[in-house]
Amino acid sequence: MNLHEYQAKELLSRYGIAAPEGRLASSPEEAEMMARKLPGQRFAVKAQVHAGGRGEAGGVRIVDGASAVRQVARELIGKKLVTSNTGPEGRIVRKVYVETAVKPERMLYLAALVDRGAGAVSIIGAREGGGDIEDRVARNPGIIERLLLTPGNNPSPEELRAYVGRLGLAGEIGDRAVTLLTGLVEALYQLDGSLIEINPLAVMPDGSLLALDLKMVIDDNALFRHPEFEPLRDEDELDPIELQAQRHEINYVKLDGNVGVVVNGAGLALATLDLLRDAGGAPANFMDIRTMATSMQIARGLDILMADPRVQAILVNIHGGGLTRCDTVAEAIGMAFRRSGRKLPLIFRAAGNNADFARTVLRNCGVPFTDARDMAEAAERAVAFTRNKAA
Amino acid sequence: MAILVGSDTKVICQGMTGRIGTFYIERAKAYGTKVVAGVRPGKGGQRHLDMPVFDSVAEAVGATGATASIVFVPPASAGNAIIEAIDAEIPLVVCVTERMPTLDMIRVKHRLAGSKTRLVGPNSQGVLAPGRCKIGVMSTVHARPGRIGIASRSASLTSEIVAQTSAAGLGQSTTVGVGGDAVHGMGFAECLDMFMADPETDGVILIGEIGGSEEEQAADYLRAHRPAKPVVALVAGRHAPPERRMGHAGTLTIFGKGDAEGKIDALRSAGAHIAPNAQSVAETMRRALSS
Repeated sequence: MNLHEYQAKELLSRYGIAAPEGRLASSPEEAEMMARKLPGQRFAVKAQVHAGGRGEAGGVRIVDGASAVRQVARELIGKKLVTSNTGPEGRIVRKVYVETAVKPERMLYLAALVDRGAGAVSIIGAREGGGDIEDRVARNPGIIERLLLTPGNNPSPEELRAYVGRLGLAGEIGDRAVTLLTGLVEALYQLDGSLIEINPLAVMPDGSLLALDLKMVIDDNALFRHPEFEPLRDEDELDPIELQAQRHEINYVKLDGNVGVVVNGAGLALATLDLLRDAGGAPANFMDIRTMATSMQIARGLDILMADPRVQAILVNIHGGGLTRCDTVAEAIGMAFRRSGRKLPLIFRAAGNNADFARTVLRNCGVPFTDARDMAEAAERAVAFTRNKAA
Repeated sequence: MAILVGSDTKVICQGMTGRIGTFYIERAKAYGTKVVAGVRPGKGGQRHLDMPVFDSVAEAVGATGATASIVFVPPASAGNAIIEAIDAEIPLVVCVTERMPTLDMIRVKHRLAGSKTRLVGPNSQGVLAPGRCKIGVMSTVHARPGRIGIASRSASLTSEIVAQTSAAGLGQSTTVGVGGDAVHGMGFAECLDMFMADPETDGVILIGEIGGSEEEQAADYLRAHRPAKPVVALVAGRHAPPERRMGHAGTLTIFGKGDAEGKIDALRSAGAHIAPNAQSVAETMRRALSS
C-alpha cells in the first residue's frame, strides 16, 4: 500500500523525522488559504499522487506569495499528471500539499527498505539527493552507501555514526542524522514498511535536517495488523479494475491489446503473454487466477475482461493443480459468457487436474471453443482470430 | 536419491487440522508420502486423518523422528511456526502459506542462518520427487520419475514444464518451488548446488521470471562453479510492461533491477542454455543433453 507524501510526513513526524511545515488542500482557494497560514512567502505546491517523477513532470512548483499558490494549484488540481512512473494514462491530481519552501545547504538521499537480495532490512544513502537519483545511481552505483541490519538487533549509535560519516555528515549534524536514522528504522519495523524513502533529505543552514519529500510503502501482507492504515487508503489512486479483480482473488492488469488472456498463476500468465507477443498478438490484459478462487470469482474476472470492447478473442490457458481444477474455470467461462452475451472466439487450453472434464463442462454450457493442445498453439490460434477480424 | 527428500522421508504437518492442510495431506498420503503426524497447538493428543496430533513441533519430532515439516499455518502465525521448526532442528521445512508479512520472513531468515534447517518457500508449491515423496500442493498428474532437476518460482508454470519433460521422456528427479515471495528460503543457487551433487540428476531446469535477483544469483553460481551438467533457464515476463506488478510480490523492482533481458544475459553468459519460450523448455534440455 502506497502512502501519500502528506500522510507519510505526518506518520514519520512521530518518529522524529521533521519536514517543512505544510498543509493539505483540495481546491485552489483552499491552497491559497493554507499558504497564508504557513510561515514564509515562498511555497512549494506539490501534487499528491502515488507516483515518482513528480518534480520533472511539473507536479511540484515553487512559487512566491499565496496568490501564486492559488494559481499553480488551479493548474494542478483536477488535471492529469503524467510522470515517468504513471504511464501515458497519468494520474488525476485531487489534492495538493502546500509547504513553506526552504533553501537547503546540502541535499542527500536516505532510505530504509526491505533488501530482498539480502533477505534483510537495509539502509541506503547517497551524498547527493534529488529527482534524478535513480539515473545517477544507474550510471554510478558507487555513490550508494549501504548498511545491512540484523533483525531484532538494531544498529548501535556507533555503527550509525560511522555510517552517516560515509555520507559526509559529522559533528552535530552527524548526531542529528543518527537520531533520524534510528527513527527511520524504528518506523520501518513498527509500521511494516517495505520502503521509506527520504529524497531529498535537506541539511539546512542551521544544521537541522528536513525531509523535503517522503515516499512510504506498507507491506500489503501485513495490513491485517495495522487497522490504523485503513483510513489512509486512497482508493482513487488504485486502478478500479484491478481493485475489483483483487476482491475476487484475481490479479488483473489492463493492457492495450485485443486478445483477452485468462491464466492461473502469475508465472504461467507471464509465459503465456510472452508466447502471445512472440506470435504477433497483443494481450488486452494480464490475468492470474489465484489458487483459492471459486468459479463465481473467476467469472467476475471474466466479466471485467468481456466488458472491454477492444477484446476480440479470449485465450484461456489453465494448468490445473493444487486447489485449481480446470473444470472450475470452465464453469466460470460458462457463467461469464451467458452474462455477457458477446460471442467472442474462445481458445481453450487445459492441462493437469480435470482437463478433460473441463472440456465437457464447456460443451455442456454451450460455449463454442477452439481446443488447443499446448500453449504455443493456443497463442497462434488466438492471433489468427484477431487477424481475421482485422482483415 | 533426489534432493531434499526421499521415499523414507518422514513428514509432519504444521496446521494439518485446518481445511487446506487436511485437503493436501490426504493427497500427499495417497501419493505415498510418509506423513507421520500433525502439529496444532491446543489439539495435542487428538487424532486427525488417522495420525497423532501434537501441541508442538519438538514433541512431534521426538515421538516420530520426522525429518521434514510442511507448513500450512495462516500468514499471521506462519513466521513463528517456521521458527518453531527451526528450533526443533528439523532438516527440511516447506512453507506453502501465501501472503506472509515480509518482516516476519526477515526474522525467519535471520534464524535460518547457521541453523540445521533448510527452508523452501514461503508461497511455494513445495518439493516433489516423482513416485517417491510429495511435500507440497503441486499437481502430480504429469510428473514422472526421471533425471531432470527443476527449480522454479511459479507453481503452475512448473506443472507445465513438468508435463513437457515427462512427454519428452526425461522425467524429473526432484522439483523445488523456491516460492514467489520477495524474501524466501532456499534459492536457485542452493538448488543448483544440490542438483549438481545429486548422482540421479543429469541436468537442471531453472524456471525464472522478472523481478528479484534469483536468476542473477544463479548466474553467479554457474560462473563460479562451471558445473558439468547442463542448465536450461526460462525467464518469463520478457514482454511484461516495466514498473508493473504482476501477481507475485517478488516482481516489485527497486532501482530498476530485475528485467528479463538482464537476467537472460546474465544466465547465458554464465553458460546456461536459454529456452526461447515456455513451450520449448524440454526441447532445449533434450538438445543440451545430447550435445
